[in-house]
Amino acid sequence: MPRPANQPNVRVVTLKIDDLDLSAREDETIIEVCRENKIPIPSLCYLDGLSTWGACRLCVVELEGQNRLTAACSTRVAEGMQIHTNTERLQRYRRTIIELLFAERSHICSVCVSNGHCELQSLAQRCGVDHVRVPYRQAAYPVDSSHEMFRLDHNRCVLCTRCVRVCDEIEGAHTWDVMGRGSDCRVITDLALPWGESETCTGCGKCVQVCPTGALVKQGTSVGEMVKDQHFLPILARRRHAR
Amino acid sequence: MSRTLTIEPVTRIEGHARITLQLGDGGEVEDAKFHLTQFRGFEKFCEGRPYREMPALTARTCGICPVSHLLASNKACDHLLSVSIPPTGEKLRRIMNLAQLVQSHALSFFHLSSPDLLLGWDADPASRNIFGVMRQEPALAKDGIRLRQIGQTIIEMLGGKKIHPTWVVPGGVNEPLSQEKRDAMLKLLPEGLEIAKRTYAFFKTLVPKFLDEANHFGNQPTMFLSLVTPKGDLEHYDGLFRLKDAQGRILEDMVPPEDYERLIGEAVEDFSYMKFPYYKPHGYPQGIYRVGPLARLNNANTCGTPYADVALAEFHMLQESGPIASSFHYHYARLVEIIFGLEMMERLLKDPAILDSRVRARARSNRSEGIGVSEAPRGTLLHHYRIDDDGLITWVNLVIATGHNNLAMNQAIRQVADAYVDGNDLREGMLNRVEAVIRCFDPCLSCASHAVGQMPLRIELLDPAGRLIDTLNRD
Repeated sequence: MPRPANQPNVRVVTLKIDDLDLSAREDETIIEVCRENKIPIPSLCYLDGLSTWGACRLCVVELEGQNRLTAACSTRVAEGMQIHTNTERLQRYRRTIIELLFAERSHICSVCVSNGHCELQSLAQRCGVDHVRVPYRQAAYPVDSSHEMFRLDHNRCVLCTRCVRVCDEIEGAHTWDVMGRGSDCRVITDLALPWGESETCTGCGKCVQVCPTGALVKQGTSVGEMVKDQHFLPILARRRHAR
Repeated sequence: MSRTLTIEPVTRIEGHARITLQLGDGGEVEDAKFHLTQFRGFEKFCEGRPYREMPALTARTCGICPVSHLLASNKACDHLLSVSIPPTGEKLRRIMNLAQLVQSHALSFFHLSSPDLLLGWDADPASRNIFGVMRQEPALAKDGIRLRQIGQTIIEMLGGKKIHPTWVVPGGVNEPLSQEKRDAMLKLLPEGLEIAKRTYAFFKTLVPKFLDEANHFGNQPTMFLSLVTPKGDLEHYDGLFRLKDAQGRILEDMVPPEDYERLIGEAVEDFSYMKFPYYKPHGYPQGIYRVGPLARLNNANTCGTPYADVALAEFHMLQESGPIASSFHYHYARLVEIIFGLEMMERLLKDPAILDSRVRARARSNRSEGIGVSEAPRGTLLHHYRIDDDGLITWVNLVIATGHNNLAMNQAIRQVADAYVDGNDLREGMLNRVEAVIRCFDPCLSCASHAVGQMPLRIELLDPAGRLIDTLNRD
């Protein structure tokens, strides 16, 4: 999350990440320090420019002296911290999380408009998910194609809530929200109206651009054609906070 | 005592199938049935999906002819958009379709059927496959593999990958052709044409050796259905329906694909998951017709390319008059079409307009029902979709090329079984002939598998009570 331009002085702490000695501002999170230092940590719900949600648990890291895993997106660095980002245990957990995401809904990459440009797909490749060990739920979710410009496919949604946050925090419309629990949980527009009937949606398309999968896409795209551009987000976020 | 022979799985075909032969008391064949044993349900699970996903979804019905589904599906989507696609987009689609025709026909002839023709019906099943051909006729096997590679390479150059390319999209194609790719494709074609001509010349010398097979391999009077150009010539991508009867009289001509429901009905039998399309005005099962290379050549006035037209004239000489009736000559027709495909690709690629950057028409859905028809390697392929106001699929009907031949295939195996199978002295070679007549049709039963002679074949003799009397195994 971008910080206000005029901040009080903050301390600098020293820490160790994967045996690298580093220094960072004490108000930074582990994932921010990792990104600054090109240390790869997988993440799905985290996106630079949006508030932290901490739901996907893909960015979990190990802290020495602690058996519990810690989400790198929602944990601030501290003096003397020793962090491991890529242990065998973490790799195993991350693979399992991704497998569960694939099993929960129907992400058939080969026929998806985001095929080749999907964050879930590339995460799976990077984390070595070559098959899914849990049974697929095979549940059919609806597709909302009522919007003139965009389409929502719940079958491909991972409930990262990036759409909810970008619409609320950056666009200021708060068209999106979350409804239901467990496997019935899904993102909705305007108290579960069809997207095309939403009165609050400005049609800006930010939700589509930040969506990591093929859940939110532009109408008129065919398989593999939906390429998303998220460069606008940190720029807009900093300008918002600078005011 | 009547017995049932089961040939399962049928080998060297695309997909999974079973043949059963019902034998009478004297060992004679009383009935023969061709069973498609898979259920896949594409028409149902596509419901609710956005129509723009349909080309990629339906292409998954097959790994051999995905381009055919891609084209028929995109044409149905073009119809939904109510656009006519840019001329260069259409030409590029045609090239991809022809490249697939070449590779698929090469697979059928060289990899799947040539072992029977070159090594003999009664050859040891362990070597009666493409590897056996490699040992005995290495030059021909090499030609076959190379020809298929040429077709696949052109598909890859156009669409980015050999199997399931996504380059064809509703409204056209998503990327124009570069000069480098055009030149690279043009370099491949002369070699392909040489191979095709060489194989065609060789096959002509084989035909007289198989007169008996030509007489009994589905040598049946049926109608023939295919697309033709508005001038009545050979067509694979677009065009209009033509239906000829067994005597060569034109029963239906220049019928727009949108009127297919007037021509084609689909019956269902309880012994197969494959539907039984028939010519509606003649009813079921009298409305039997065939599609595919044999039908296309029987229906076309000319091919429209020089060497293929010579070959077409020679094809017509296989029989004194009328449309060529024997399904054995599907092989011949396939080789003629390979020549046509290579010649036509060269012509299209040499057209300067092929490099035009306007290759895609953009629109949103402008009607609620779309029909797309093209000629797959195995015959006429039809996709028919209905969508709701939001562009989501509400109903799908796919009439698959192989399905049209279902009635004819069932008739053909009966004919072959009558001629060759003796239930009192069962030999493997007899049953291989029953399988071979199915291979003439080159059925594409699914995208599933290519057995290349390695799938086990088990024939069981059962008494009327279902007790096992005898078995014959092929490992």
